[in-house]
Amino acid sequence: MSSKSGASYSDFITGSPLVDTAAPDGPIETRWERRRFGVKLVNPANKRKMKIIVVGTGLAGGSAAATLAELGYQVSSFCYQDSPRRAHSIAAQGGINAAKNYRGDGDSIYRLFYDTVKGGDFRSRESNVHRLAEISVQIIDQCVAQGVPFAREYGGLLDTRSFGGAQVSRTFYARGQTGQQLLLGAYQALERQIDAGGVTMYPRHEMLELIVVDGRARGIVARDLVTGETRSHLADAVVLASGGYGNVFYLSTNAKGCNVTASWRAHRKGALFANPCYTQIHPTCIPVSGDHQSKLTLMSESLRNDGRVWVPQKAGDTRAPGDIPDAERDYFLERQYPAFGNLVPRDIASRAAKNVCDAGRGVGPTGLGVYLDFADAISRLGRPAVAAKYGNLFQMYQRITGEDPYEVPMRIFPAVHYTMGGLWVDYDLQSTVPGLFVVGEANFSDHGANRLGASALMQGLADGYFVLPNTIGDYLARGVEPVATDAPEVREAEAAVAGRVEKLLSIDGDRTVDSFHRELGHLMWDHCGMERTAEGLRKALDRIPELRREFWQTVKVPGSAATLNQSLEKAGRVADFLELGELMCLDALHREESCGGHFRAESQTEDGEAARDDERFSYVAAWEYTGAAPVLHKEDLNFDYVTPSQRSYK
Amino acid sequence: MRLNLRIWRQDNAEDKGRLVAYRVDDADEDMSFLELMDVLNEKLILDGEEPVAFDHDCREGICGACSMVINGEPHGPQKATTTCQLHLRHFRDGETITVEPFRAAAFPVVKDLVVDRTSFDRIIAGGGYISAPTGAAPEAHAAPVPKRNADRAFTAAACIGCGACVAACPNGSASLFLGAKITHLGELPQGQPERSDRVIRMVKTHDAEGFGGCTNTGECAVACPKEIPLDVISQLNRDYLSATTHRR
Ligand SMILES: Cc1cc2nc3c(=O)[nH]c(=O)nc-3n(C[C@H](O)[C@H](O)[C@H](O)COP(=O)(O)OP(=O)(O)OC[C@H]3O[C@@H](n4cnc5c(N)ncnc54)[C@H](O)[C@@H]3O)c2cc1C
Ligand code: SF4
Ligand code: FES
Repeated sequence: MSSKSGASYSDFITGSPLVDTAAPDGPIETRWERRRFGVKLVNPANKRKMKIIVVGTGLAGGSAAATLAELGYQVSSFCYQDSPRRAHSIAAQGGINAAKNYRGDGDSIYRLFYDTVKGGDFRSRESNVHRLAEISVQIIDQCVAQGVPFAREYGGLLDTRSFGGAQVSRTFYARGQTGQQLLLGAYQALERQIDAGGVTMYPRHEMLELIVVDGRARGIVARDLVTGETRSHLADAVVLASGGYGNVFYLSTNAKGCNVTASWRAHRKGALFANPCYTQIHPTCIPVSGDHQSKLTLMSESLRNDGRVWVPQKAGDTRAPGDIPDAERDYFLERQYPAFGNLVPRDIASRAAKNVCDAGRGVGPTGLGVYLDFADAISRLGRPAVAAKYGNLFQMYQRITGEDPYEVPMRIFPAVHYTMGGLWVDYDLQSTVPGLFVVGEANFSDHGANRLGASALMQGLADGYFVLPNTIGDYLARGVEPVATDAPEVREAEAAVAGRVEKLLSIDGDRTVDSFHRELGHLMWDHCGMERTAEGLRKALDRIPELRREFWQTVKVPGSAATLNQSLEKAGRVADFLELGELMCLDALHREESCGGHFRAESQTEDGEAARDDERFSYVAAWEYTGAAPVLHKEDLNFDYVTPSQRSYK
Repeated sequence: MRLNLRIWRQDNAEDKGRLVAYRVDDADEDMSFLELMDVLNEKLILDGEEPVAFDHDCREGICGACSMVINGEPHGPQKATTTCQLHLRHFRDGETITVEPFRAAAFPVVKDLVVDRTSFDRIIAGGGYISAPTGAAPEAHAAPVPKRNADRAFTAAACIGCGACVAACPNGSASLFLGAKITHLGELPQGQPERSDRVIRMVKTHDAEGFGGCTNTGECAVACPKEIPLDVISQLNRDYLSATTHRR
């Protein structure tokens, strides 16, 4: 029922190109300002009558819901956790970029724009990225006003640090808990609006279907995860802020509940899914220790400011790190990329680590690890200074591995972290379903093929606080007809949810949901992970449909629908991952170039770097769901300001 | 390693609940406590039993979702550690471990180990914020914050809203949680205009939600995985006293 019929990778169809991105043209510095001036405004008296649903309470959804309510709209806010404060954004450690140039080190809006377009390997939109850089400055002001306790210098001014892919110090941070503090700011703003009556909060509710009436998004069907009741919620517009889908890999740095369901359900109702194969691999995670592992833990990239990455020069050197003299170590990032050293962007650092491990020089029990060494920093700055900067991260590392990073170097390995793909949106953040807006990690925009560090938080907050509240009004001001609660489309969506839930509970097979998820994750990591080949992708594309069939025949979901049932929640999410996984592989297969976090082994330069193919692939790949062979719509990317060039960090 | 577990099972808020014994034979000392629960649950599912419901999400000690009383202590025996960051290397082979939900009048049990902590959200809604409308903020450097204040604000802001302090408190008081927010916002210049109102409104909500009063037992700070210091409670009391005596 929910599985796709026999569609296979060979039969995708190329459809009409996507031409209308709603982006203004003209000088790039004035585009956002002109767009804002161009939008129709909603009269304050009308705002009070308009309802907006926001799914997700992370940085993107929390900030959007709070701001929309502040503007006067009636907002309903949904999240699957018990409290909006627990959204996955809470886990972000490193920091948030902003072109404040407080250091006078040559930063500017233009430089942030430039770095981000280049860092995205020329697969993002110039207009969007410029807007992001402009707004970055306002985000810091807003967050400080809310009481976000960013790190400060002794003089009381804000401190900054550098992050991978940048040579200026533009990253604002709150110890190793930046995401937590930014999210608490948004959450507190949200709670304020809940108290004021502008937002109705639905915690422990999961969106399981999008309601589309007359071609427009008009609501959602959500399941109350405690009582099991499914109910439709109608509105004038729907905003998805449901985060990324990295959990398709099973092991990732994402929170366990992160899922693709909201986006995937919208995709099945007509929203195009763009660049699904663009996955960011983060270079500094704690390596996998065994089969029992349920998730991977990130060590903030900011550690590469002071930590030096190395492996033994000799393959198979099993000496303790302290016994290996300097001359017998290979500080491979500093050697290969002298200009950026340990601060090269994530895709570069990740691949370099993979390569030394593939060559047998990896460290740790599995050989899949490299050292991140603080010995030099400790002797240069002293232990207290290092502790002040990274203490909580060191503690976290010690807790998980049982090793003390003040004494022995950390061991790190790349892991799935962030997904740059997502629902396609235009400049106004509207999807191809009118009235459906998508913000934060759930949309595809801004990051191109590779997200630079500290830019996802920036995007989530830019979308939620500043972009969406302006652009959604343009849609609403054009008028939205009321919709009846018993409209056939509403009934159908409810029936679809009920049917799926019933089906999952009735299979009563002999395999757990987790075992399917793990198998899918292995397939995805092996064939659609850091390095991909046409052959591997074809293998995955053969196996995933089979696995999906097995799932719908043999999965075992205990319990009932009329109560809190975590197995049922998981089953629904994994069912959607089983469809998304196939689309990711298809997208990866058709993109016969390497770019950013996507490395196609067949497409590399002589010295083993990613070889982009701008002639053939300078476009966004936006996929349409048909139930059979998907249709590919291309949006051409144009670069008027930052000329595509080979990205070199050497 | 082998572990004997006694886990609280309760179908819903009305059910009386009981401890049920389970055994896990193939635990590994590198596992986190939640991974132990995963292993148990997979086994239960294959045996046709309902798995144990528990809250969790980030599994890195920051979302505050995971909540269990392990051997009588919220988040277990390890200092400054959430349940998801608690690893089995801190337990002995063959040990019997009792696992129960966080208990407090203001945290009704939903199912098994899952409790309802939305009362915390309502405390925040009752004033735990700075009113800063979007887009109207002054330039961030306009108000410098001495490092000492910024650091203290941060230390208090590190609260993850897990509720261990409440579960540990014999009175079911949320004073540590409340004090943490009061201290965080009170240390910053931006937090001053609403300072008195905030504390009065938040204390009122706290009491209305059914949390008990603080009698300085200090159990909260011992249980707190983020080591929120007890002095935030003194700060809360000072702010409250000054707000109630000086407010016009
Ligand atoms: C460990 C880690 C560290 C990171 N560090 C950084 C960093 O230092 N700097 C940086 O810029 N970025 C960082 N990132 C990335 C960044 O945190 C995320 O990209 C960003 O927070 C995503 O925010 P969001 O609002 O889009 O989604 P999320 O925060 O993931 O929120 C998703 C929301 O949607 C809800 N939801 C999802 N599905 C449903 C559904 N079906 N029904 C109802 N609700 C639903 C959830 O409950 C949640 O509220 C990090 C990520 C990780 C994993
Ligand atoms: S004060 Fe400590 S124990 Fe209480 S909610 Fe906050 S983090 Fe948890
Ligand atoms: S699961 Fe997030 S703190 Fe434990």
